[in-house]
Amino acid sequence: MGKLDGKVAFITGAARGQGRSHALRLAQEGADIIAVDICAQVGSVGYPLATPEDLAETVRQVEALDRRIVASQADVRDSGALTEAVDEGVAQLGRLDIVLANAGIASFGPVTELTDEMWDDMIDINLTGVFKTVRAAVPHLRAHGQGGAIVITSSTAGIKGMGNLAHYVSAKHGVVGLMKTLANELAPDMIRVNSVHPTAVDTDMIHNDQTYGLFVPDKPAAEVTRDEAGEIFQALNALPIRWVDPVDISNAILFLISDDARYVTGVQLPVDAGSVVK
Amino acid sequence: MAGRVEGKVAFITGAARSQGRSHALRLAQEGADIIAVDIAGPVGSIRMYPPATEEDLAETVRQVEALDRRIVATKADVRDSGALRAALDEGVAQLGRLDIVLANAGVFEIQPALELSDDDWREMIDINLTGVWNTCKVALPHLVEGGRGGAIVLTSSTAGLKGVPNTVHYTAAKHGVVGIMRTLANEFAEHSIRVNSVHPTGVDTVMIQNEKTWGLFTPDDPSPSREKAEPVFRATNALPVPWVDPVDISNAILFLVSDEARYITGVTLPVDAGFTTR
Repeated sequence: MGKLDGKVAFITGAARGQGRSHALRLAQEGADIIAVDICAQVGSVGYPLATPEDLAETVRQVEALDRRIVASQADVRDSGALTEAVDEGVAQLGRLDIVLANAGIASFGPVTELTDEMWDDMIDINLTGVFKTVRAAVPHLRAHGQGGAIVITSSTAGIKGMGNLAHYVSAKHGVVGLMKTLANELAPDMIRVNSVHPTAVDTDMIHNDQTYGLFVPDKPAAEVTRDEAGEIFQALNALPIRWVDPVDISNAILFLISDDARYVTGVQLPVDAGSVVK
Repeated sequence: MAGRVEGKVAFITGAARSQGRSHALRLAQEGADIIAVDIAGPVGSIRMYPPATEEDLAETVRQVEALDRRIVATKADVRDSGALRAALDEGVAQLGRLDIVLANAGVFEIQPALELSDDDWREMIDINLTGVWNTCKVALPHLVEGGRGGAIVLTSSTAGLKGVPNTVHYTAAKHGVVGIMRTLANEFAEHSIRVNSVHPTGVDTVMIQNEKTWGLFTPDDPSPSREKAEPVFRATNALPVPWVDPVDISNAILFLVSDEARYITGVTLPVDAGFTTR
């Protein structure tokens, strides 16, 4: 028996990385999945984003667990597309209980070199995209009167400031304000709202020339090895590890959305190897 | 199926009843053996609810053994580091190892700040702050020597995050616990020893279910009761619940000490129905 038998979860950014891991971990515990992903490039992002093939692979892996999944290509900046995707998913799967606002991008630059495009893309996707995700989903959570659980993926950059990330830090702090407000606003409906705050996660978002170039600036990014980058990443954490795995974030989210956390709301939960307290 | 803390040994203070007993049982259900201590007797300045007894501690032993787990239980006061060390050393000698430490023992009393005697203040700090430190102090050498890492959870309170009138001594101690947690999370990270705190709202135990507490919540009522206090408790939380159950704290702790949270350290985790976010 799974912890989420009979429940349905809406997950943004589900084509790969953390989003796919969440879809699989929740499916292992009995949930059906409504998945969206942009599956396309965003102009100001310097590493390849997910593809339609990635999203198809998430579908394949969820179905291999004998769970149902309704997946669509949708951009979290597009309210209409999001609403259509979640409405169609609920029509097919019957209900909605869980929302994971996971979709997000990263880019870097000193404040004076952040272009309007970098700022706007970041705020539109990592902050406004979370708002639009929640707004499209809440009517479905309310519909059955049995409460629900929303988890917003923030970052350690949603708790402290970090150089070269003014736009990302602003967006990730912003979702904390959204989380705290919604925790209050939706509490009468027994809808719980929390955020997770990962340190670096072992995905394509950190393993790319853009990130390696920032972390090991004295060498051409293409020549930086995973081990060299790993040493720098490890220095950010208190625990002696380089990064966490996507499943570590999935497990924290699974706790937050399960009945084990039935009275946990309004909480910022770091999964950060002690990075914030270091 | 293997339990989530199968084969591990947990040291729990204040284990005779209420949250402490619930933790012992929840961890035992998931495969842990238990080293339990409790003062099992009165504390002079705590007048508003009856103390745990030796019979309570014996009942915890009976219930853990009924789950087919081993338990070594000793009557010991967290203010007495010698007694604490002896109890723990004996437990480790019998059970073979130590993996988990729950600094749960604590007392509560309601008193306007200026009516607190020096003894009231001192006993609160001695038990709820120094007692937590004593627990960590005697346990950390076992965790370090074990060489397998470990997990410590300190029971703080919403009063460890927010100032709560009429409890200045309790609130000061519970804030102090967060300082212990954050420091030890850094200092022992290199040994992969994780340290976190939980912050419950009101828990349905004798610590809040007593006439004095009910009276504080319904000051105009000459005959306060659980039923009359309930809506007032409910109004302090964001979620429409008056208090949480001991098992809700146990489930949060179980998550924190399990491998599901293997990279979570330095975290303050409220289990508070949204009390601190209101």
